[in-house]
Amino acid sequence: MMDYVNAFWVGGLICVIGQILIDKTKLTSARILVFYVIAGCILGGLGIYQYIVDIGGAGATVPLLGFGFNLSKGVMKEIDESGFIGIITGGLKATSAGICAAILSAFVMALIFDPKEK
Amino acid sequence: MGKEITKEQYDKMVKKASPDSPVVKNCIKAFVIGGIICTIGQMITNIAAFYGASEEEAGTYTSVILVVAASILTGLGLYSKLGKFAGAGSIVPITGFSNSVTSPAIEFKKEGMILGLGAKIFIVAGPVILYGVLTSVLVGTVYYIFG
Amino acid sequence: MAKHVGKQSMEFGKNISIVSAASTVGTKEGEGPLREYFDVILQDNLLGQESWEKAESKIASDNIKLAINKAGLSPQDIDYVVTGDLLNQCCGSTFGVRGLKIPFFGVFGACSTMGEAMSLCAVLVESGGAGKTVAGASSHFCSAEKQFRFPMDLGTQRTPTATWTVTGDGAAVIAEGSEHPFIRGITTGRIVDMGIKDANNMGAAMAPAAADAIYQHLQDFGRKPDYYDYIVTGDLGYVGKELLLKLLKEKNCDISKNHIDCGIEIFDKELQDTHSGGSGCACSAVTFAGMLYNKLRKKIINKILFVPTGALMSPTSVQQGESIAGIAHCVAIENEGVSA
Repeated sequence: MMDYVNAFWVGGLICVIGQILIDKTKLTSARILVFYVIAGCILGGLGIYQYIVDIGGAGATVPLLGFGFNLSKGVMKEIDESGFIGIITGGLKATSAGICAAILSAFVMALIFDPKEK
Repeated sequence: MGKEITKEQYDKMVKKASPDSPVVKNCIKAFVIGGIICTIGQMITNIAAFYGASEEEAGTYTSVILVVAASILTGLGLYSKLGKFAGAGSIVPITGFSNSVTSPAIEFKKEGMILGLGAKIFIVAGPVILYGVLTSVLVGTVYYIFG
Repeated sequence: MAKHVGKQSMEFGKNISIVSAASTVGTKEGEGPLREYFDVILQDNLLGQESWEKAESKIASDNIKLAINKAGLSPQDIDYVVTGDLLNQCCGSTFGVRGLKIPFFGVFGACSTMGEAMSLCAVLVESGGAGKTVAGASSHFCSAEKQFRFPMDLGTQRTPTATWTVTGDGAAVIAEGSEHPFIRGITTGRIVDMGIKDANNMGAAMAPAAADAIYQHLQDFGRKPDYYDYIVTGDLGYVGKELLLKLLKEKNCDISKNHIDCGIEIFDKELQDTHSGGSGCACSAVTFAGMLYNKLRKKIINKILFVPTGALMSPTSVQQGESIAGIAHCVAIENEGVSA
């Protein structure tokens, strides 16, 4: 049960930081997403983000920071296993499921639905 | 004739006249919705693990299921309503990434399958993948040399 | 003959009558405070068309025809149609007037387009080179969002200073005649750019241009603000209105008693969640063709200074870090004609 509570507050807190950035800096959502993925990747590379994942579980992996973290984790794992070429293959390999699922579902939805007015 | 106002003076006037975003209220909403999305993610992870998935596989299932669910909600016109309420709470989770891929795909299909949907599907998410991958190459290079 | 007055103004010698006016609006505008004044309130903002852009053109086309019909005329009686919109290369208007077979001037003045079109029609009529003309402007919330901001279904929040693009078209038939109201003069605005770069705060970008044009108009004609029943700006919204009043006060010009803004009038801020107010070419166009024209015809008001305001920019210019250039055009409309 504790893992749900931790996922809730860690994930919520990461979103609050994003909200403060949006409201205080007028950054658009596209910039926020870029910032988060870069930050997650660097924090992952420095070995810091793993601690946050250990505490928050999905609360740390579901936000885009986790996407960045996965990129760094993947690249380091590939380098350990296949050496130099891992620098090129590792990042996308680890995140391929998320990207492919997003492309596939977006395409199918675009075939089915028309844009909806706000 | 009154005196002319400089751009700097005008900038101050504008700041004074423009209401600030209700940050506290927005943060509470972002916290709750962001927290709920992550909790759902934790649930999917736990269920996958219960059925014998490894930690890594469970994470993958979680991403895929959240991405597909957000994409469907986007198609139904519901994710934009959630986003209006939750702000960063529904932008920052991977569901927001999915929404940022699906929404232009739907919006720009009128301009054709190739130059509309095809070319514009990544107008929001493209930079995320671009700079994410570049950063991972940078991290990998540093790790390869010093690691 | 028209007379050049002061620095930026023109005073007309003929009775340039606004013979009729028609307004068509979207569903949201139709739920707003001005609903009783509009001719057509759409049930579906897509009008059964394939895209937002095609819907906008259809709205423009239907509404221009409606304005012509209301004047008891048919399209072949019209010598010029002068219209504009917000879409790239003025396509909303182009495909709107395509089927009408009327000589066409497409104009772009962003949200000030209605003022620009009415000014040009008045000049055409005054010159004697045209008999009957139509001025109009259209915008559509969805096509504008798609072009200037994000896809409809992207889950984002709007800032408190953001405005809501009005869906609709306003059109007026302008010709020499004896029916009130009349366009008595115009003051063409200069571009005024105070360096605002926030595309979500267009009221702030346009307020200096509005202040400049209104001040110049009053100077050129030697009038005090209370000459007019209303001084009506286009789409400054709440933020822009506050700035406009302050800027004019600095020049010892107080219009706070008779100033109204179409962007504030058209929506109910609390009920409709429109933040700083309405915007878009249609905002001033439908408010004029709806409420203002109606009140002028019934002589509830007799003299207005109609000042549509525009934020001149493109998505490219904003991305390249250009500031947003403001413009405003004054059209002085009175129920009393020249010879009276």
